[in-house]
Amino acid sequence: MSCSRRKLLKSALSASVAASLPLSAFRFLSPAECKAATGTEGTRWGFLVDTNKCVGCGFCVKACKKENEVPYDAPVTRTWVERYVVTKDSKTHIDSPMGGRDGFTDPKIRGEEIAPADIAKTFFVPKLCNQCENPACVQVCPVGATYQTGDGVVLVDRKWCIGCGYCIMACPYGVRFFHPVHKVAEKCTFCYHRISNGQQTACVDACSFGARQIGNLLDQNDPVTKIIMTERVAVLKDEYGTKPQVFYLGLDRNVR
Amino acid sequence: MTEELIVHGLEWTDKLLFVYPNEFIYWSIQIVMYPYMTGLVAGAFVLSSLYHVFGQKDLKEMARFSLVFSLALLPVAMMPLMLHLQQPLRGMNVMFTPHFTSAIAAFGIVFSTYAVIVLTEIWFVYRQYFVQQTIALKGKEDLASTFKRTLYHVLTLGAYDINEEAVAKDKKAVKIMAAIGIPVAGFLHGYAGFIFGSVKANALWMSPLMPVIFIMSAVVSGIALCMLTYIIIMEWKKLMATLARGRGDESVGKIRGAEMEVIATTSRYLIMFLVAAISLEMLDLIFRGYTAMKSWDILRSVMFEEDFVKIFILQYGMGNFLPFLLLMLPGLTIRRTALALVLVLFGVFMMRWNVVIGGQAFSLSFEGFMHYHLPIIPHNLETFKEGLAGAITVIATPFILFWGINKILPSLNIVDNDL
Amino acid sequence: MKNHVLRPLWCVLAAIALTLIVRHFMVPADFGVNGESFTYSYHRLSNVDEWRDFKAKYKGREYCQECHEENVAETSSSKHQLIQCENCHGPAIDHPDDPETLAIDTSRELCLRCHASLPYPDNPRSRIKAIDPNRHNTDTACIECHNPHNPNLEEG
Repeated sequence: MSCSRRKLLKSALSASVAASLPLSAFRFLSPAECKAATGTEGTRWGFLVDTNKCVGCGFCVKACKKENEVPYDAPVTRTWVERYVVTKDSKTHIDSPMGGRDGFTDPKIRGEEIAPADIAKTFFVPKLCNQCENPACVQVCPVGATYQTGDGVVLVDRKWCIGCGYCIMACPYGVRFFHPVHKVAEKCTFCYHRISNGQQTACVDACSFGARQIGNLLDQNDPVTKIIMTERVAVLKDEYGTKPQVFYLGLDRNVR
Repeated sequence: MTEELIVHGLEWTDKLLFVYPNEFIYWSIQIVMYPYMTGLVAGAFVLSSLYHVFGQKDLKEMARFSLVFSLALLPVAMMPLMLHLQQPLRGMNVMFTPHFTSAIAAFGIVFSTYAVIVLTEIWFVYRQYFVQQTIALKGKEDLASTFKRTLYHVLTLGAYDINEEAVAKDKKAVKIMAAIGIPVAGFLHGYAGFIFGSVKANALWMSPLMPVIFIMSAVVSGIALCMLTYIIIMEWKKLMATLARGRGDESVGKIRGAEMEVIATTSRYLIMFLVAAISLEMLDLIFRGYTAMKSWDILRSVMFEEDFVKIFILQYGMGNFLPFLLLMLPGLTIRRTALALVLVLFGVFMMRWNVVIGGQAFSLSFEGFMHYHLPIIPHNLETFKEGLAGAITVIATPFILFWGINKILPSLNIVDNDL
Repeated sequence: MKNHVLRPLWCVLAAIALTLIVRHFMVPADFGVNGESFTYSYHRLSNVDEWRDFKAKYKGREYCQECHEENVAETSSSKHQLIQCENCHGPAIDHPDDPETLAIDTSRELCLRCHASLPYPDNPRSRIKAIDPNRHNTDTACIECHNPHNPNLEEG
């Protein structure tokens, strides 16, 4: 009798665990199948931001919002530009009104006047999804609605996302938000529809100053790859171990 | 405001200094309610198991009640999550395509396993009663009785054997289910702590101590809620007895004596877990201050400036220290215990609040703060779900459910049963 | 009636079977590990194509040039040669079919994105000619005097 009871408990436990395992979790595709399915072999998208060139016009933010149908007047955005003004008392003043959508036309920062004589250094820093090699946001998605493509871009499945917000919490860079219309997690896709069809991202195209560039990191002859290989580039918040694939020239220690 | 501009979180978030444009308080009151309610479930179950497994005779009176109450709390642990989802209709996806590297994906499995255990244990506890009821209701032909009889008939699952051997088997099964239930209840809540503790992007949440802290405070809140409900029930009985037979009657004194004894013993367990919870939280705080990592500057200003009242006055002072004193001072009375229990429940709630909302009180940039304003009067679905109204709905549901369940599974006639 | 103890187990198994059956119909067939890692590539495969097929709105200078050759030529020899047409004219989408005309942004705010004076001598912004928007012909549209396609007043 006690034997059957033990069996009951054992099987009750293992059955309930097994039931919740998706069978497809064990379905691994062969490399050939993968290649056929995704067609992304030999591509790893990377981004280069040269903060020495950014003038804070915000055309990139405007183009991104229109290209990717993010409601123009909603205070959320896939990409944004931050302004840093470091004063001589080594205080850092940072702002990004409406994500820098309308450019920076006012010397005041959140209404605060900063005397030009006090300014030590200033720079604009464009931000976007880092398309991390180890994306924390993908790791925490409970349903497999966000994932990394074969060419390294992190996408969100709008038809499968349950809108729990865990990915938004897990991203150390604050690039994710809930789409005001679709009510699912939303993020920069590196304009996947454009880069997959031989175009540049909307923000790269909109930038007149060459502050933004996108390239294939697996192609040694790609101009972006060459710069990353030969010059001193930095990434944001590498202490989180996410291995960002957006590289920065001219990054300052004050950049958050 | 046009529909296009309804940004989740915009309504109740105030930003100070520099905050990234996409940052809002995305996890609001319902995510505070979620670990709170899960904690109550786990705590209530652990309390009932202490009797069934370890034979803590002094908890016998509480065991059946807290078991049924944990059943009433079960669906409520899930409710805040559903209310919080932006796509609640897709909630089942967690069961269909669980992504096991996510702490939330474990929810489907752990929660279902736990539900199965609670239901199975209750079935074994009540099987004899189901059979008796089916027999007792035989022959009565009015609608209510027919319905009840059919219901009990289904609930027996066709197992009518109530001879001594069969009942002995039931008892053994109850013990085994209760024993498995303890680690699963602990796991259920530990993983709720893991959901927060594993978010490396959040400086306040990320701590390996988080799951343990959550389990301890869960048990504290669970025990406190069961004790409080028990006190209310016993006071009601006492009142009834007094009204029926007069103040000086022997039965009134008997109830009073029994009540005091149960409360005194249970409160000892409560204090034990309370001390463990506070010690761990203090360890976490001291460690953060001593190691003073990059995030300490902003954490310090959140804890000691922005949220000082919520953390040190409301949570630690009123919610932990004061009830601890009330319970430790000699000459414990029912009234003082009840006050201490209310404060304990409040303290655990504030702890959840300070973890969930406090974790979003500062920007990921470490250069700004966010303040949360709980929507009081709802003016659309979102402010209902993630406002005071939604929270009250969640709090009220287990009591309504318990009232319903108690009609089928009476758990308050705690005198003549030996399970 | 020997093993009534097993009854709850049968119920659990039935519930599990039911879940699996529902799951079979609810989960798309292409949902699975579409890559090397379960952590990062567990998803619905067809979603990748859904994103690839998303409609591009910005067409680029070459597209504009097909019809508006003289405008592109004029701009190309001016200081505004680096600015994309669509930055001011708005995304072409399917122009000239849809929309038939583009709403051109001729506001002062548009020009000020680059030409508002900021006291940042070390910033690349300071290499662009700038005005104080509160002093420089405050109630006049920039295009009254400056031709955006060739903004230099001497030449224009």
